[in-house]
Amino acid sequence: MNQPNRISDGLVDRATALNFDWNGRQMSAHPGDTLASALLANGQVLVGRSFKYHRPRGIFSAGSEEPNALVQLRKGPALEPNTRAAMVEMFDGLSATSQNHRGSLEYDLMAVNDWMARWFSAGFYYKTFMWPKAFWEKLYEPAIRASAGLGKLSMQPDPDVYDHGFLHCDLLIIGAGPAGLVAALEAGNSGARVIVADEDFLPGGRLNAETHEVNDISGADWAAQTVAELHAMDNVRFMTRTTVYGAYDHGIYGALERMTDHLPHSGGKPRQVLWRIYTKRALLCAGATERSIAFGNNDRPGIMLAGAVRSYANRFGVTPGKRVAVMTNNDDGWRTARDLAAKGVHVTALIDTRADAPGSMAGTRIIKGEAVANTRGRKALAQITVTNGEVIDADCLAVAGGWSPNVHLTCHQRGRPTWRDDIAAFVPGGDLPPGMSVAGAANGAMTLAAAMAEAKAKTVSILAELGHGPADLPLPKTSDETAGITPFWHVKSGNKRAWVDLQNDVTTKDIKQSHQEGFHAVEHLKRYTTLGMATDQGKTANVLGLAIMAETSGKSIPETGTTIFRPPYSPVPIGAFAGRSRGKNFKPFRLTPSHKWARENGADFVETGMWLRAQWFKQGPEKGWRDSVDREVIQTRGGVGICDVTTLGKIDIQGRDAAVFLNKIYSNAFLKLPVGKVRYGLMLREDGIAYDDGTTARLAENHFVMTTTTANAVTVFRNMEFARQCLWPDLDVHLISTTDGWAQFAVAGPKSRELLSKVVDDLDLSNEAFPFMACTECTVFGGTPARLFRISFSGELAYEIAVPARFGDSMIRAMMEVGREFDAVPYGTEALGVMRIEKGHAAGNELNGQTTAAMLGLGMMVSKTKDCIGSKASERPEMNREDDMRLVGFRPVDRNVILAAGAHFLAPGDPADMAHDQGWMTSVAFSPELGHSVGLGFLKRGKARMGETLRAYNPARDQDILVEVCSAHHIDPEGERQRG
Amino acid sequence: MIIHHPLLGPRDAAEFVYKGDVSLIDRPDGMGDGADDAFHDYLYLRENPAGEHQELWYHEQGDRSWLVVTRNTLTHEISNVELARDLARRRGRSA
Repeated sequence: MNQPNRISDGLVDRATALNFDWNGRQMSAHPGDTLASALLANGQVLVGRSFKYHRPRGIFSAGSEEPNALVQLRKGPALEPNTRAAMVEMFDGLSATSQNHRGSLEYDLMAVNDWMARWFSAGFYYKTFMWPKAFWEKLYEPAIRASAGLGKLSMQPDPDVYDHGFLHCDLLIIGAGPAGLVAALEAGNSGARVIVADEDFLPGGRLNAETHEVNDISGADWAAQTVAELHAMDNVRFMTRTTVYGAYDHGIYGALERMTDHLPHSGGKPRQVLWRIYTKRALLCAGATERSIAFGNNDRPGIMLAGAVRSYANRFGVTPGKRVAVMTNNDDGWRTARDLAAKGVHVTALIDTRADAPGSMAGTRIIKGEAVANTRGRKALAQITVTNGEVIDADCLAVAGGWSPNVHLTCHQRGRPTWRDDIAAFVPGGDLPPGMSVAGAANGAMTLAAAMAEAKAKTVSILAELGHGPADLPLPKTSDETAGITPFWHVKSGNKRAWVDLQNDVTTKDIKQSHQEGFHAVEHLKRYTTLGMATDQGKTANVLGLAIMAETSGKSIPETGTTIFRPPYSPVPIGAFAGRSRGKNFKPFRLTPSHKWARENGADFVETGMWLRAQWFKQGPEKGWRDSVDREVIQTRGGVGICDVTTLGKIDIQGRDAAVFLNKIYSNAFLKLPVGKVRYGLMLREDGIAYDDGTTARLAENHFVMTTTTANAVTVFRNMEFARQCLWPDLDVHLISTTDGWAQFAVAGPKSRELLSKVVDDLDLSNEAFPFMACTECTVFGGTPARLFRISFSGELAYEIAVPARFGDSMIRAMMEVGREFDAVPYGTEALGVMRIEKGHAAGNELNGQTTAAMLGLGMMVSKTKDCIGSKASERPEMNREDDMRLVGFRPVDRNVILAAGAHFLAPGDPADMAHDQGWMTSVAFSPELGHSVGLGFLKRGKARMGETLRAYNPARDQDILVEVCSAHHIDPEGERQRG
Repeated sequence: MIIHHPLLGPRDAAEFVYKGDVSLIDRPDGMGDGADDAFHDYLYLRENPAGEHQELWYHEQGDRSWLVVTRNTLTHEISNVELARDLARRRGRSA
């Protein structure tokens, strides 16, 4: 197929043809092309529309700094918007479409915005859409949302997988251009562990884009040889297609490796890997990025950076135009004219803004001391007008505004770059991230020989610091070039719009206007005009913007300063940050020991923290969850039920001072708890608020086993370790979390004793021998070790029995088998919750981090005779007011009404506002035993208001009903069942 | 960040849980004179220095040691790490 702009040479494989699809048109390319070079080769100059004005735009650069050529890549679920065409490696079958236009790319309906440009100047968001107010929600916001953003998402799950990885090295070299390759050779030969990372698929940096010779061969060949040499070294890891995007604390770097983006199909491999690289030292050899010059209509397709034009010609064998003009303020721009002319491309003019520019070029029109004032051409450049009035034909204008060192990573820890007048650019400042050095163009060494020499010198000194003797290789032989520059930022004559930031449609006028309106600080300028935002982060625009800002305010560029560079250097997909942590792998699941059995027996599961717990067990004809839960409660209270309570935190506490320690942790007394007994314990936070509750059993003089709530299992253990190590470091006490070590089951109901007597070996379970709150170590089913506790969350005669976790599955099966004669049922977390609400036990809804022991009715549990965590602060008067909230029970006056948690209590007749608020409902359940809904809640002076009728007002659920205040212990208030 | 654990060597900060200022070690005696005021200060007053800060980190994904890390809040430079138990004892805490 025809590639009209393909010229000679280049580092692409001409013998192989690849086909790709652009906006439905078939085009051809070669291996080694990028999408950008292939589009140019095919003569596709127009590739997108600008963000705000929908102006026609073409390819502007040849690297990750690309502001214009953002395209949508691939199709279906793999569609990826805002991909930079200059970074997309060509493969056979690639499909790409342009974005940010309504209708076709050629006839974008939104281009009308360009005619209304005067209304879209800096800060237009803040000045328009203010009135009429009612228009905002219905008209303005939907309209703005529809036109905001660039590409479109597929709205389907990402079909690819992403991975995370960790790497360690002595020296990380960022960038494999001439400086990076010299550094890598030196470090590799010294024996240090080296990682080299380069964002391109072809390492070598500008060596591939220029015509330099190194060691008497072409720079590209020298780069290829060097890379091959480095690949052969065991101590060097050479990573292409890898962008080091961030410099983090203590020598840690973030890098994104694109593993399969250059392949038609990933073949199941990860598409991208996010690396965390731990380094002793890092050498930044990131090179420099060229910037533009602002002049009238400088955004037309065909106007490009001069270095990029050279890249396309030298590396890809593509000319972006047939009649190319060059505009430059420095010596480097001349290289573009010379390289193109040498390849037979017609250079129509070279315009150097320096009147005293050295040099001449036979056969090319040279105009010194002038600039381009304006351009013409609707969807592609056709003519340029020079400030002297001359009109010159050109379908491509190569603009050389000077090079800006890529200092980004040096600023990731708030380092500020410093200005160097001689190269008219910012270079890394003195305050680099610890361990980082910079060499080459990134450090302002703008010529090939200087860059290589600096890279070698810096590497030798880094290696010496790391204790590696230098390999001291000879510097490659190069010829040095001139790099003179006289800053020239923008053309002042004429009234045409001149673009500074192509991606965000920011013009010189916007910057001046922003200053006029009082946005003098550079960070304000950025936010007001959006200069330097979005995917390219102003890589080609920032310095130009600063220069114009400086000029407007009459300050120097260093006085004006820069905005802060933050990671990432270039965009990183969210999928790469997520890695494998998506869908069901978003976080780990913890399964209870009876999980498999529960699944076999019809359980529905619920997430409680990381745990999956059985919520209820559906049986036969049951239609809704309430059927199952009501039955489980009735059968447990009428016979016996079994519930897996393994998820409660378990902490094993041992040592001679274990009792003393517990006495400091719990608000109530533990010193005198006898061996063989369990006690309910309340923990406070140090500020006196109720924190956690549970039971602690004394198995032996110096051995306790604590349970915590499921939710606080991790933090209670953490806080106890803090108390042990930091507050009372000399107590003889040791803690181990055994939550996962023991499978624990609640066996509750009047028949629980009968059932358990068939489970435990040789143990008298009579009320006299093993009363309420007793505990013991024992064995079950003929020798399996176990722990038995007579405790009750349901209010029934109940036990909890624990076996080592590996026996958990057989334990539930065996107990259900034994329990068959008692009609034993399994119950889930819902029935557990119903029974604790019926019984009036506080749980997470009541221990919510805002409640005191007094509010919970547990004020008596805070000992006045000892110092424990939270005891002192809990004595504060405000936390002990007699008229404060108290936990009480509620039932609906109309027993058919179902209560709703979250309702607030009001005196009947009072208005529903905060001033008349008297408390709130915390937990509700339907009590199958009582036949109506029951609730728990906090009510002002609640204990003194038994029998009172209140309004329970819940606007969120549209409920406004009357309730009766009653005891929180809806059933068995005397506790006879659990003691029986 | 990397924290140089005194027993386990360099460990990634992701293995740790942060608590706060090292003054949390200096818990007053709840039964002592002036305990009300002392607890007020202990609970609610913290230095917030721009510079060196001694703080408590817990090696939760590791050996469960509480550490005192001296970290510069401006640069994240860590100049010292020690076991919190050792520091607590030096500050006169015992049983």
